[in-house]
Amino acid sequence: MRAARPRVGRTAVPPFGVFLEANRATVYRFLTVAVGPGDADDCFQETFLSALRAYPRLTDGSKLDRWVLTIASRKAIDHHRARGRHALPVNEVPEPLDRAGAAPPEPADTRDPLWTAVRSLPPRQRVAVVHRHVLDRAYDEIAELMGCSEAAARANVYQGTKRLRELIA
Amino acid sequence: MTPTDPNLKRLTSAAEADRRALEAADRLAAAAADRHLLDVAVAPVDSPIGELFVAVTPRGLACVAFEDEDRDEVVARLAREVSPRILEHPAAVDEVRRELDEYFAGERTRFQLQLDRRLIHGIAREVLAATARVPFGRTTTYGELAGRIGHPKAARAVGNALGSNPIPIVVPCHRVLRTGGALGGYAGGLGRKEQLLRLEGVLSD
Repeated sequence: MRAARPRVGRTAVPPFGVFLEANRATVYRFLTVAVGPGDADDCFQETFLSALRAYPRLTDGSKLDRWVLTIASRKAIDHHRARGRHALPVNEVPEPLDRAGAAPPEPADTRDPLWTAVRSLPPRQRVAVVHRHVLDRAYDEIAELMGCSEAAARANVYQGTKRLRELIA
Repeated sequence: MTPTDPNLKRLTSAAEADRRALEAADRLAAAAADRHLLDVAVAPVDSPIGELFVAVTPRGLACVAFEDEDRDEVVARLAREVSPRILEHPAAVDEVRRELDEYFAGERTRFQLQLDRRLIHGIAREVLAATARVPFGRTTTYGELAGRIGHPKAARAVGNALGSNPIPIVVPCHRVLRTGGALGGYAGGLGRKEQLLRLEGVLSD
């Protein structure tokens, strides 16, 4: 009659609204820098819709924070790959949108040289750098989130950081 | 981060991300419902007997909770017994809100809402099915209801089943009184039971 107790060693899967509330801010912060403020919203929706699609199959409610960041990482990388075919020049400055109804207002000044530098990074380096320097994640966790080895995670963070340093020097 | 590393944190303020994340999360429920990914939509509904908290599924209305019930507990129960894919989505409860508004305005004596009975278990299924047939403005007793479901001595069990009613007001357990006319009990408090019976003209002001 009552739902079954979770099996030993497992945490019950929380209601989706509780999961969303616990993780939305971190995911949004990650995406803001990983894909840019203008595209963060779309990637946020795609990330949580994917999570919702997979949610009934979850059996363990622990580490859902890592799980959703794994999805967000994949969405960010896919987003850049889809964009890659019509990539814009690195120093492209977005024109101010003159009327409402266009893209949402961008919260940070995307003409900032640091934004320009971040936009120039290859997708995997950009995602790795954001996990490391915005969310302060350890390398083994970044490896897990990006589905790669710890060495590859370190290399991506290292290369990306080095490039950023050169570009804003 | 070493001092020479670029300070990426300044590209996203936590407060700004929180605000935008909240807005994005609010839009998610509609997108999820469009894609048939939302199994339970919950939302508050104003009423003269306090703010109600209702839950709707694709099958129908599953739950009406009074404002003094713990909403986290209500949601946790829906997650266990119906589905964990639950989000707050006020637009999904528009029909419930409209029928409740009409009922409280005295313009509706019968609800036409579809019901999702997945929170109703055991003997409560029969008891609440019989309760649903008691019309607006009329009352019955625990004993009479027990007889109607074929267990004439089970008045106490009937009382317990009514107390577990997950869809009060719409499944009108407030129309069940003690033999002799005493109000009996009510999960939402006797004050609310009185208000509902007054609204239906059973009790005078």
